Parts: sequence; structure tokens; C-alpha cells
Amino acid sequence: MTLDLTLHTTPAVPLEADVLTPARLAGLTALEAAKLIVVHGNQPAELGEFFRVAGGTDGEIHLSGDLARVKLIGTGMTEGRIVVHGPVGMHLGAAMAGGEIVIEGNAGDWVGPEMTGGRIVVRGNAGHMVGAAYRGGHVGMRGGEIVIFGNAGNEVGSGMRRGLIAIGGDAGDFTGVNLLAGTIVVLGQLGWRTGAGMRRGTILAMHAAELLPTFSFACTYRPVILRLYLPYLRRLGLPVSDAQVQGSYQRWCGDAIELNRGEILLLETGETAPAA
Amino acid sequence: MQLNDAAVVDTFAEAFAMWGARVVITAETAEWARAAAQSMTGFATSIIGCKCEAGIETELPPGETPDGRPGVSVLLFSTSAEGLGKRLVERVGQCVMTCPSTACYSGLAGTETVVVGGQLRYFGDKYQMSKLLDGRRLWRVPVMDGEFLVDDRFGIQPAVGGGNILILGRDQAVTLRAAEAAVSAMRRIPGAILPFPGGVVRSGSKPKSRYSFLFASTNDAYCPTLRSVAPESQIPEGVGCVLEIVIDGLDLAAVETAMRRGMHAAAAGGAMQISAGNYGGGLGQFQIALRSLLEGVGAGR
Repeated sequence: MTLDLTLHTTPAVPLEADVLTPARLAGLTALEAAKLIVVHGNQPAELGEFFRVAGGTDGEIHLSGDLARVKLIGTGMTEGRIVVHGPVGMHLGAAMAGGEIVIEGNAGDWVGPEMTGGRIVVRGNAGHMVGAAYRGGHVGMRGGEIVIFGNAGNEVGSGMRRGLIAIGGDAGDFTGVNLLAGTIVVLGQLGWRTGAGMRRGTILAMHAAELLPTFSFACTYRPVILRLYLPYLRRLGLPVSDAQVQGSYQRWCGDAIELNRGEILLLETGETAPAA
Repeated sequence: MQLNDAAVVDTFAEAFAMWGARVVITAETAEWARAAAQSMTGFATSIIGCKCEAGIETELPPGETPDGRPGVSVLLFSTSAEGLGKRLVERVGQCVMTCPSTACYSGLAGTETVVVGGQLRYFGDKYQMSKLLDGRRLWRVPVMDGEFLVDDRFGIQPAVGGGNILILGRDQAVTLRAAEAAVSAMRRIPGAILPFPGGVVRSGSKPKSRYSFLFASTNDAYCPTLRSVAPESQIPEGVGCVLEIVIDGLDLAAVETAMRRGMHAAAAGGAMQISAGNYGGGLGQFQIALRSLLEGVGAGR
């Protein structure tokens, strides 16, 4: 039996609901869960003031309604599953370490910042800073997977050290900025200044892109590793084609202002890169 | 006991506890995958002289390999987990990484693992890259045709080595035909390999020698030319050739299944007698009785 929370009162200002994790709700009755404290603006409030709670938790939580102003869902989550039927606000799965979050809608900025494990799936679009390091921090996502079916904003994977981020649509500017390691896949178009300051890691994209002059072209080849990554993403539901799995990719090395050990792999499509 | 025209001797094969690994080699074409597999399984007939035993388990269609390319599954066995790890590093490094277009993956998901790619990565001279996908770490080692992709760790498991049958026939031609039929039937068993050339060994050995510097020597009891002079000869009158098939398996069931099918095929192929090699039961951890196998007793499928 899952624990079902349905939004009955849309918060007037952002609602910080970091209590919404399977571990925090484990063993609670619906009544007890409704008594948990959330922060509405700068005021404490009870979860039940905004959500109708029903059922009991078996490690899976279902949230319904327009949660675009509900922040920090799944913060520090270590196990279990959260499914959101609707949009969610910022800081989804912040510092998450395990389990799975599925969003059947759009997500705000800061999806999975500094997460270390688990998986976040957003069926719609995501805002800026997916899997990024918080301002002032140097290391973003350190493990786990983030899969965005739609578009994502700027600075996807900023400071990322490990893990996988896959964007089914387009990504904004500075994708993989300051990337330390890990893998970012963008099936749509890249924005400007991709990989700026990256030290190691892989940014994979399926369209031509104008790269920074501190990236140098190495060769065109067929990386075998992509025959593992791309079918894996297809199994997760992303629209990966056979041509992408079997295709040839340009390998660009960079960023030369850093270690120069990173790579940007661009599918050889014959198209011209859009002007920056 | 008779099996077709072959008498089945009331004896047993003495087999040994070993460690085994399954290595999946892929390449751009089945030919290149096969080339790497053949190289990797070369000079791996017997622990006695090769430090490991290995063979091709099966060829894999693209749909059954990790990267969707044609592949070959190889089984490799050694007497210890540590030794198996060393042999894997040597053979993957020298025979697979060197072969154009190949990649190499662990084919066992056991909890016991040995580091393979994590050793070979140093060949990349700090240009290597690691990738962690779905809990699996792989290494991308830059090589002259692109990259060599290899699993960081390979699963290993306790295994069984040295299962065997002896095929006794009237002459070499007939016995070869019987042995070939047996090999053909036995090579279809998942989890088992026949490490000797063509699956057959003619220089069976005993674990002692009259020379002090040797610890193994020819199995005179089964040499037809010594029938009248070897004191322990097991050659019946009319037998002019003996061929042995050795089986290594990832488990006892695979070895027993292969032995059972091999005996049936050899008997149908013209063998006069079927026996097995053992050392009196004092060396190996497994005793596989031939007649019990044929009667359906045992772990085999």
C-alpha cells in the first residue's frame, strides 16, 4: 500500500518539504504524516495544511497536484520510491543517496544537486543546474543517475564528479561547466560554452555544436562504450536511435585551460554547428 | 554395462576443484572476436604446463553481448582465485587487447571477483578513462584503432576441472571418429569446455614418473603399444587406440552432462570401450562414476 499525498491547498509562497522521503515517512500513519512540519515561506506549518494524506507507506510515496512551489522533495533520500503526478519545485532530490524519484511533469531548478546515488527521472522539462554543485561548492553530483526526458536549463552537471545525466531534449548554456568526471548525454541541441573548464569526463551530444577554442578535435571514431550507454538510456525510455548507437562521433578534447582530459563526443551528422 | 557396442567400465573420473571465469569477447565482426578467443585459449590445455585451462564455450550473436556486437564466450580455469586473476590479466592483455576492434567483459556475475581491467588500465599511461554504468565500472584504454573497453573486475566462481572420458577403439581412424562425435555432442553444453586441441588429448598422463625431475608422465596403462609390457595396462585385446576428452566446467552438473552426452556419442560412433582416468580417488575432490551417470544419477542435467 502506498502513501498518497494530494495537494489540496496551493502554497502562496514556496513550501520546503524535505520531510517527503520514504525513510522519514516510514512507519507513520496518515494522521501522523499529516502532522509533520514543513516550512511555508518562513513559517512552520503542518504537512496536512497543504496535503490530504491517505494510505500507509511501503517505501513508495505518491504525490499529486501542482507542486511547482513545493521544494526539497526527496532531500537526502536513501531508499524507496517517490512518484509525483504533476510538476515539482526546486531542489528535487538534493543530496539524494539512493532510491528513485519519478516526476510525471516538469521540475524546477536544481534537480539532484550534489546527489551521490539513486535515480531521478523527470518526464517533462527541468530548470537550471541539474546535478550541479551548490554555489560556493566545487563538487556537484557524485553518483547516481538523472534522466530528463524534455529540455534542461543552464549548467547541467556543473562540477559533477561521477554519475550519469541524460537529457532527452535540448540543454542550455554551460553544459558540463567545470566537469570533474562523469557522463552527460544530450540528445537534443547543446547551448553555448559546453564543457567550459571541464577537467575530465564525457559530454555526449547528437548534434553539431560550436565548441570553445580551448577544445581540440582529435578524430572521428565509433566508441564502443556508447554501445553500452545508449542502449541503457533507451531501456530507460529515452528515444535513442540505432543510428546513434552505431554512429561515428567526433572526439574533442578539452578544456585546455584545465587538465585537457575531458572529451566532448559529437555524433557525425553532416550538419553545421549553429553560430554562437 | 553396454552402451551400443561399447563396454562401459565400472570406474570413475577423478575431477578437481578449480576456479573458473567466463570472458565475453566482442568485436566488429565475428571473425575478429573468434581470432581473439582463439588466441586467448591457445596454450591453455593443461594446468600441468600452461598454468590454466581454457576453451571457447560458444559464439554469441549480437543480441546476446553487452555491446550488441558479435561475440565469443571463453571459459578459463585455474587452481586458485589468485592464479585465475593473474592468468586473466595476462591473456586479456596479450590476446584480446591486442586484437583489432575487440572489447572484453566479465560473463559471470558472482560475488567473487578479480581485478582485470583495473590492472590493464595502466597501459593507457594516464590517458585511460573509467566509466561507471549501472554499477559496472569499465575502462577505456586508448589504442591505435580507437579504444579497448574492458570490465574493471571479472566475476569468478568455484568450478570443476579434469572431468574426463577415455574412448578405446579398434584403430586410430575409428577412435578418432568416435572422439569427434563425442566432442561435437559435448561442445553444446553451456558452462563446459574441452581444453585440448580439437577437444581431444592423446597424451594422457599419470601423476608420477620414473625420472625424479618429472611429476607427470605418459599414461602407460592406456598406451596400446605397451599392452604387453606395462604392468598395469588396461588395454583389452583388439584395442589399437585410446583418446581422452577432458572437460572443465563452471559446475559439476555441466561436467557430468558433458560426460554423459560424450559417452553416448562415442558409443554410437564406434567406440569399443569407454573408461575414465583417475588416480585411485586420492587426489581429486570429485569422483564421477560412469555407470551412475548413464543411469541418471548425478548432478548433471
